[in-house]
Amino acid sequence: MLKRRASRDVLTRQTFPGKPDKVAYLYLAPLFLVYSLFLLLPLLRLVWFALYDWNGLSSAKWVGLANFRDLFVEESQREPFLHAGILIFFFSVIPVTVGLVLAAIVSRSPLRALGFFRTVLFMPQVVAMVVVAAAWRSLYAPAGTINEFLRAVGLDTLTRPWLGDYNFALPAIGIIGTWVGTGLTFILFLGGIAKIPRELYEAARIDGAGPIREFFSVTLPSLRYELSVVLTLTVIAALRTFDVIYVTTRGGPGTSTVVPSFQVYRDAFQLGHVGAAAALAIGLTTLIFVLSFVITQIAERGRET
Amino acid sequence: MRPQVRWTAVVAVVAGAMLLSTACTPGGGQPTGSAKETGQATVTDPAQMGNLTLTVWDGQTQGAEDGVMNALNAAFEKKYPNITINRVSRSFEDLRTALRLAVTDKTGPDVVQPNKGRPDMGAFVQAGLLRPLDKYAAAYGWDKRFPASILNWSRWSSDAKDWGKGSLYGVPQLDEVVGIYYNKATLDALGLEPPQTWEEFEAQLVKIKDAGKIPIQFGNVEQWPAIHEYGLIQSRYEPAETIRELGFGNKGADYQSDGNLKAATTLQDWATSGFFAPGYNGQTYDDSSRLYGQGNGVFFIGGTWLLTDFVKALGDNVGFMLPPPNQAGQPIVAPGGPDLCFSVTANSKNPDAAAAYIDFITNDDAMSQLATAGVLPINNLGSAAPSSGAGAQVRDALKAITDAGGMVPYLDYGTPTMYDTITVALQDLLAKRVTPEDFTARLQNDYANFTFTGVG
Repeated sequence: MLKRRASRDVLTRQTFPGKPDKVAYLYLAPLFLVYSLFLLLPLLRLVWFALYDWNGLSSAKWVGLANFRDLFVEESQREPFLHAGILIFFFSVIPVTVGLVLAAIVSRSPLRALGFFRTVLFMPQVVAMVVVAAAWRSLYAPAGTINEFLRAVGLDTLTRPWLGDYNFALPAIGIIGTWVGTGLTFILFLGGIAKIPRELYEAARIDGAGPIREFFSVTLPSLRYELSVVLTLTVIAALRTFDVIYVTTRGGPGTSTVVPSFQVYRDAFQLGHVGAAAALAIGLTTLIFVLSFVITQIAERGRET
Repeated sequence: MRPQVRWTAVVAVVAGAMLLSTACTPGGGQPTGSAKETGQATVTDPAQMGNLTLTVWDGQTQGAEDGVMNALNAAFEKKYPNITINRVSRSFEDLRTALRLAVTDKTGPDVVQPNKGRPDMGAFVQAGLLRPLDKYAAAYGWDKRFPASILNWSRWSSDAKDWGKGSLYGVPQLDEVVGIYYNKATLDALGLEPPQTWEEFEAQLVKIKDAGKIPIQFGNVEQWPAIHEYGLIQSRYEPAETIRELGFGNKGADYQSDGNLKAATTLQDWATSGFFAPGYNGQTYDDSSRLYGQGNGVFFIGGTWLLTDFVKALGDNVGFMLPPPNQAGQPIVAPGGPDLCFSVTANSKNPDAAAAYIDFITNDDAMSQLATAGVLPINNLGSAAPSSGAGAQVRDALKAITDAGGMVPYLDYGTPTMYDTITVALQDLLAKRVTPEDFTARLQNDYANFTFTGVG
């Protein structure tokens, strides 16, 4: 039985002229070759490396699945995932919430300078992450702008060496991610809200819905697709973070800001444990894959009801 | 249904083929051009080597060093037009990471500057990726050009179990030592003289703190600067021989000795007493040296590489001293050593040319050029020395400690994982998250594990 699909999907139904021809594979072959050489082959080699204890230089020693077992057993391989989870909160949850609320508010009463705000809020996305990290590193410096500001408003007791504080270094890095991500979520939600038919809002208003009710009943359900896109992008960004950590804290103080991708670098280049790095990289890839899958599944399921 | 089966078959075949192609032990295979050619006469005249290109990877990216390297390369090419130098220079961090990959490349560089230490040079020697230079040392007379204590930094046994003895794997050019810079103006203002003893130094720290000034300017967010602070204090309480065993990763020493423990306790006490700049653990090395140049802080524990920057910023106001003795008659000891040395890769197709090049950039003339440019070479240090000021003090200090053979290695050299272990442990120690006892236990764990098993 054909499932009822939303009107948007009409465009994605197959409407190719003629019957499928095997020559299509020939067209795909060049790209598949490039894809295999630069993505699949390295991935397979990575799995192979993960089965050895190797320092990258001398001959390797076979250890089987020991590196994968260490992902669950070794503190140094487990802790980074905990930190990544915290970063997901800052890189994903906060920007999504703030972007959503901002977009909802702004689309109710159009701003005259909307174009200007859109550009300015989106700017952090355009700047290279390394530059962003370097700039924020000086903001967070003990004599940097943030502490200066706190002193100026009389909040001296709140000043601290942010990137050197065991408790605040990770949230401080998280805020960098929030700053970068909010623009993206805002723009995407703004675009999504613009596509919602006005009639739905009018119907809701006739039924006596206030702005909050409208938001939860009309706006949010219609943004399911944008929500899944934004969540996928920001969660992946959070889990992939390397350059921010490398530029700001190098995983310090102690190991309080080590995230999986940085631990991969540490394992491979500083500790000479390429096998452990490979296993961790595969674990991270699997995690990202699973999370993206889950997010899109939730969005898809919501759409069909 | 059938097209789908064919797709999975295709994928399976491709995957199988790829797996087979990768199914060899990673890292296996000896590099070509192994240095076991005996009976071959060493060519020492580059003019007779035919046309070739030498690829050199170096890390001398700082202003003056960079200029001198370029000048030396140009001079070499002019003297021997048959040889072209292809120079690739990178910052220290980038060089470390990139070199790890480049030395395994069969078409990689000929002359490289690996970081001293077991994580880098030791690992390369163990994997057979660097060429022993003993026959070139004999041909060019390097053992007469440099003191034995300096050359020992580049000596390794062929399995890299022993460091400090064995074949020669590199030739140094520059020199460095970690000492104490002091701000003369602030000391005068507080009625103090540069300390003559360690006790005096520690007492001065208290006085400076009480007077509301910053005793030691410091920034440790990059994690490694603390290695110098600890190393300097350690050299007051632990005999140089033990520090060498620990730093070279040779058997026979103990991190949990009284001296090392006292050093750890002292470092933690200094942090707790507020002798370091406020917010030091969130401050970068560059920021801390910049602030020191602006007069923030009386002392700075750092290496001679900072001389040019500090003199530029503070002029005659800055002075340099080696760490003062803890008791009368204590020998001159401080962390330091030759700077990165030049090595020849085992994969190099032109080892003779590479050796000749290395000889050229480390001979007397090259050393004089470096000295004139304000850099600190191992030899001819005094050929362009200023007569007074911090520059003269640095040169005197370097000469004194080199003559005394008193330089001890940085501790992160000791095992393949020590950099990681000690940087994290030092941050924990400074933040009082670990006791000095547990700190030394952690270091001992890493060191013992390595010296016992030989693997990091």
